[in-house]
Amino acid sequence: MTTQSLSRRALLKSGVAAGATLVIGVDIAGRVRAEAEKPVVSPLSAWIKIDQNGFVTLVYSKSEMGQGVSTSLPMILADELSVDWKDVRVEHAASTPAYGDQGTGGSGSVAGMWMPLRIAGASAREMLITAAAQRWNVAGTECHAKSGAVWHGSDKLGYGELVESASKLPVPDAKTVRLKKPEEFTIIGHSQPRTDIPAKVDGSAVYGLDVRVPGMVYAVVARCPVFGGKVKTFDATKARAVKGVLDVFVIEPVGRGVHSWGGVVVVAETTFTAMQARNQLEIEWDYGPALSESSETLRRQFRKLVDSNMKVVLQQGDFEAALAAAPSEKKIECDYELPFQAHATMEPMNCTVHVQNDRAEAWAPSQSPTQVQDVISQLTGLSKNKIQVHTPFMGGGFGRRYQADFPTEATQIAKQFRKPVQLVWSREDDMTHDFYRPASYHRLSGAVDADGNITGWRHKCTSTSIAEWWDPGSAPESSELGCTMQMPYLTKSYKLEYLPAASAVPRAWWRSVEASVIGFVMESFVDELAHAAGKDPYEFRIQRLGESRLVKDPSDSRERPLETARFKGVLQLAAGKGNWGKPLSRGEGRGIAAHYSFHTYVANLAEVAIENGHVRVKRIVSAVDVGTPVNPDGIRAQVESAIVYGLTAALKSQITIENGRAVQTNFNKFTTLSMKETPPIEVYIVPSTVAPTGIGEPGLPPTAPALTNAIFAATGKRIRRLPIQPGDLA
Amino acid sequence: MAISFEVNGETRSVEVDPKTPLLWVLRDSLNLTGTKYGCGIAACGACTVHINGEPARSCSYPVASVAGKKVTTIEGLSRDRSHPVQQAWIAEQVPECGYCQSGQIMTAVAFLEKHPRPTSAEVDEGMSNNICRCGTAQRIRKAVLRAAGMTNGSADQVGTGGAR
Repeated sequence: MTTQSLSRRALLKSGVAAGATLVIGVDIAGRVRAEAEKPVVSPLSAWIKIDQNGFVTLVYSKSEMGQGVSTSLPMILADELSVDWKDVRVEHAASTPAYGDQGTGGSGSVAGMWMPLRIAGASAREMLITAAAQRWNVAGTECHAKSGAVWHGSDKLGYGELVESASKLPVPDAKTVRLKKPEEFTIIGHSQPRTDIPAKVDGSAVYGLDVRVPGMVYAVVARCPVFGGKVKTFDATKARAVKGVLDVFVIEPVGRGVHSWGGVVVVAETTFTAMQARNQLEIEWDYGPALSESSETLRRQFRKLVDSNMKVVLQQGDFEAALAAAPSEKKIECDYELPFQAHATMEPMNCTVHVQNDRAEAWAPSQSPTQVQDVISQLTGLSKNKIQVHTPFMGGGFGRRYQADFPTEATQIAKQFRKPVQLVWSREDDMTHDFYRPASYHRLSGAVDADGNITGWRHKCTSTSIAEWWDPGSAPESSELGCTMQMPYLTKSYKLEYLPAASAVPRAWWRSVEASVIGFVMESFVDELAHAAGKDPYEFRIQRLGESRLVKDPSDSRERPLETARFKGVLQLAAGKGNWGKPLSRGEGRGIAAHYSFHTYVANLAEVAIENGHVRVKRIVSAVDVGTPVNPDGIRAQVESAIVYGLTAALKSQITIENGRAVQTNFNKFTTLSMKETPPIEVYIVPSTVAPTGIGEPGLPPTAPALTNAIFAATGKRIRRLPIQPGDLA
Repeated sequence: MAISFEVNGETRSVEVDPKTPLLWVLRDSLNLTGTKYGCGIAACGACTVHINGEPARSCSYPVASVAGKKVTTIEGLSRDRSHPVQQAWIAEQVPECGYCQSGQIMTAVAFLEKHPRPTSAEVDEGMSNNICRCGTAQRIRKAVLRAAGMTNGSADQVGTGGAR
């Protein structure tokens, strides 16, 4: 801990009307407790406001996209502060450096804010106790805090009466301030209603597209349908003739990072006018080199790559010798394939920006308001303190809204057209200019011995690497291999190989990122090895997990080890709740799969019935070990959500490429799981008191393999290519 | 040419291109942004409103066709979230991102008027053409049944009171 952070003080914000407000700060690096080497750079930031009437407002600094951070984060603060949840109001933080990086992703909000918020809440509570003790002239140790008041025997002082004097006291040392013991929690671990839900049932919740600013106009962009193509020439005569059109102009492509494809902009008085006028543009495109790319050319490239000698990323034992020694009936080799996937958030990308000479304001439904501020600063030359970024609700994120392409475009437009401009993407824009989940291809080879031990496991992987897209020449495998770097199952030899495939298709983080791919491959292959060994696939997993071990990532000493006991724990819970081993009717099957991602352990069990060559998912049982569960109903909602997202990707959706462009342009071709197809989902949470880990994504990876393993159990047919096609089960 | 129709009990008149979809008139001209744009091709249901009591996809409904008719949007369902369907949505903690939920709720209200005591299978059938990318179908199913008085809700329901 540095001197700077020790000197952090409470600030007193006084105002006649508002009364005194206690503002307590713990910077985002409050995780100094865990990572003492990290320098504390953030200045004070404000989490708790108590007015003289005792009204408590708690601030959350992350973007709300449905994952529940506007509830779970304040719950942590409220518990340590010792206030009742019913007395709490919440508000979203302004985008100021005081809150550090407000980036919201990687299932990291609760995990990352757990200690900073507990320290903030506890510090405020102790200051209030000290203030009360001084008032009564008793020792602080004789007092305690409960329900928004400090007590000494039967004497009581409400926080509102104490706030002014408390705010003048020194902030306790973050290293020694008393934190509650898990058994003292009254809010953490108890399901609370989501704070954002009431506004979401009456149309009053304001999403990015609902932002209305006086004098505002609307804009759309015609982008080249082929990835990376540019405007060659265009004729806007007809577009300009549409009533209500205000301007038509070109924006140039901007490089990766701060990203814009460039295109022809139409600015109009209404959204529909802008869209209609865009249809009237006559544009000649320079399609560029991507025109020849298709899913088939990519597939040929993938196969050539896995046939070749690839870069060895990890090697333990002698895989080649193990395979040579295995009898042919105990040896298997199979290829798995996964397509590009679109995020398809229900609210298409959009951003409202107003650029003026000396300042700018943005309303950006972004998972990274900090990045929005950076982008606007870079494009306008304005300093960041002149740029105000508001974060409205988001109609889904799933990783898509971490990109800065839509704020970049909106800023380019607002720089030229000096009114508040709302950039609107149509659904087609959104689906055809996404940063997709990478497509990938995997060749798995392995062997088991007569006792059911795995003697060899080799994974040859190729994909359209995310790292390669954003940082060409970096380690392309770094974004692609996930849990293959922490193999939970015991194998006498293990070999992991990788090469990236060349592709013009943009890609980035999609819900659970590489785990959505790696989970399917690893948990399918372990099922195949169980079959080769003649073992029950659940029992096989339990045996191959062996004694409790910690599995480190050999490429990254800072990475947290995988705990096989917790991996086993979720498998056992899911198998128990899902009646593993209980007989089913003919044509039905049960499958199980587990995966470790975002430091969370999830096992999913699927029960399916095959009816007329179609799979019907009858039931999903999920067991999750997410450390301390903060808001259990919120955890269940996130797991249900991730499972449905995963089922859609396994059964319905994909993005295919023809002539350098996305084939699917809207929900008529990019189909999703309907309510009829959505099975009952049961979520069970492993009790735990260790620090919480991520939950927005980890439910997804074990979904597809649980399903395909169930299909195998029902039919003997092994699905190795997603999504499942109608002919696959015939 | 002015086009007049009733929205949430009030007569409104707009001067727009008559082929403008009702959705954009509601959102851009009348500032009723609770009705959402999701796909523009009547495939997702986020824009669902009631026209003369019947559910309709406002993204694909030219405003000229609603002249003289009665339109109800999510904002017109109740003044205070007191509609039984809204209450059920809160009780079952349905919305996640919430963007599709105006359309889901308007679809459910219309569905329940035709099927006041639905089975679970009927709910699935009636609600299957609305897309939710957050995967809230299971909670929607429970909420529709709750609103119909067909269940007492789950034992661990959390949607009452608390922080706002």
